[in-house]
Amino acid sequence: MGTAQYPVTPETTAIFPEITNIPDLFRTCIQCGVCSGSCPMGEVMEFPPRKAAKMIADGRAEEVLASNTPWLCISCHACQVRCPSQLLIPDGLFPALRSAVMAEGKNLEQDLQKALQNTYLYGNPMGISPRKRTEWTQTAGVPVPIISQLKRPVDVLWVVECYPSFEPRNQEISRKLARILNALGVDYAILGQEERCLGDCEWLAGERGLFEMLIERNIEILNRYQFKEILMTDPHSYRTLLNIYPKLGGNFAVKHLTVFLAERLEQLKPLLKKRVNATVTYHDSCCLGRKTGHYDEPRAVLRAIPGLELAEMIQNRESSLCCGGGASTIYLDRYIQERAKDRLADRRVHQAAATGAETLAVACPFEPSRFEDAVKLTGQEGKLAVRDIIELLAESMELA
Amino acid sequence: MNIAVLTKQVPDLVEGVEIDASGKAVDSDSIRYILSESDDHALEEALLLKERAQARVEVFSLETGEVRDSLYAALAKGADRVVIVATGAETPPSNHTAAKIFASVLQGLSFDLILTGVRAIDDLDGSLGGLLAGYLNLPYVGLVRKVETADGTPMAVVQKEYPGGYAAELEVKLPAVLGIQAAEQPPRYVPVSRLRQVMKTAKVEEKDAAPAEAETVEVVRMFKPEEGGGAAMLSGTPGEVALQIVNVFAERRLVR
Repeated sequence: MGTAQYPVTPETTAIFPEITNIPDLFRTCIQCGVCSGSCPMGEVMEFPPRKAAKMIADGRAEEVLASNTPWLCISCHACQVRCPSQLLIPDGLFPALRSAVMAEGKNLEQDLQKALQNTYLYGNPMGISPRKRTEWTQTAGVPVPIISQLKRPVDVLWVVECYPSFEPRNQEISRKLARILNALGVDYAILGQEERCLGDCEWLAGERGLFEMLIERNIEILNRYQFKEILMTDPHSYRTLLNIYPKLGGNFAVKHLTVFLAERLEQLKPLLKKRVNATVTYHDSCCLGRKTGHYDEPRAVLRAIPGLELAEMIQNRESSLCCGGGASTIYLDRYIQERAKDRLADRRVHQAAATGAETLAVACPFEPSRFEDAVKLTGQEGKLAVRDIIELLAESMELA
Repeated sequence: MNIAVLTKQVPDLVEGVEIDASGKAVDSDSIRYILSESDDHALEEALLLKERAQARVEVFSLETGEVRDSLYAALAKGADRVVIVATGAETPPSNHTAAKIFASVLQGLSFDLILTGVRAIDDLDGSLGGLLAGYLNLPYVGLVRKVETADGTPMAVVQKEYPGGYAAELEVKLPAVLGIQAAEQPPRYVPVSRLRQVMKTAKVEEKDAAPAEAETVEVVRMFKPEEGGGAAMLSGTPGEVALQIVNVFAERRLVR
């Protein structure tokens, strides 16, 4: 079906399974139910993952496609990391279901449809002109070089991604990161107007053709330049570039910011001059936690900040609770809210407040706005602040 | 039932629009074209009619910008035939001229319904649908949000919007021209893989249109809206904010 240039192998088929491949891909499913039991949306799904896989194997895919199941997976990977048969549930079963729903030509939820159309037209889900991708840099206060203008290799290519480039709350975080990189003397550059969405949400939303289109373009652009490694703050894109792109022909050394900083703690520590006297609880995002296993690096960076005390939520590390916005479900909030009993972000904020912390630290661009909304909705305003790790570092480095 | 959908490309406001050196037109080099939004709704309504009444849907589009992309998308959504109406003109025609062009293309073809968007963002001289109906001597209903047809009757029942949230149901004799305000559902999504497949296999026809000239309006000056001074944010307790508002009103002599 696709037109992409990568080889068709069992591995690429597993990234883009058709619903007809599911019985074969899930032939080792032992129907244990760990997936459904682990799923924070399982109680709301008409057919939780275990049942959905069995129904498809039994030739009853139509019922699953007509149910609420396809659009309720938030891709938190609670199921996938626990599955004893190591089956691809949010990475395989759900994109296949979503692709099949799209192929039926049914209308999608309008926010999701708009985000996909925008990504096709403008390379970002917000529908903002690609020409405005670097506007945030104008008030960064430090130079933010663009690699095509530098015309030389750099140590670090910072792939800023969509939310950190366009969304006001995240733009402020991006400016602070530019100041931090500058203070650390990192030789870095960004892609600028050439940058496009890396496609994680689109892939998991089942929009295979759009993901293929983005991959082709992004691999071509990234291959144009010379750099030692790619730096990213968005864990979704980081995970996709790290684990999925290589299977489709895009091999790049890529690092999440928290890992990049954890490697430079000795250089960083003397710059952390100001005390940040706060009890902080850290939210393990699904892509940085369960999907790529970075539990210690973000905590190590936070612990380096003088005055900062870490407290753990009841669900932490591998058992962390998702904010409820992965796999394009950030565009399905209304759909999910009409069906779910409560919002996962609200549940998570309750957990954060219960630790006694006054700051909820995050390292994912989706989370400041999701958790800040949840803070307001749960009556925690003024009691619990949501801050990106970058903001906490910038405060301690007096770069705010 | 045969349905013609007339579409055109308009400047994409997301990419920004500049005015050219003459000060009378949009700078065509600065813009990217996309399908006019209400034309997209006209296509959607036609596709809904096709699903309900086994209609045949043919899309005709003026040759402007990246017109092929939107025509391939129309095919991927379910249109049966797509045609570029080649005019040879470098700039998009006025609606009076466009109506004449479409009238010459449609003359002699047998369509029961001709659907087009009721308006486009670059309309300067009235609605295309009404002008076209005049040239073709057909009935016209604009601001339509629903179309129903029944087998064997030469009539359609349409819902037309009026200001203030009112709507009327009208019977219209076919063939007729309808200006679509909004389809009964948002325009459907085309997965990119299907779009790319259609681009590889399907055909976009081209039809030369006879040169047409029509009386139209003359643009004297085109200019961007003047920007306001921006908003001021008031802060403080509700009492303090209220006092600041009273002071602002007093300064501007809005209260005594």
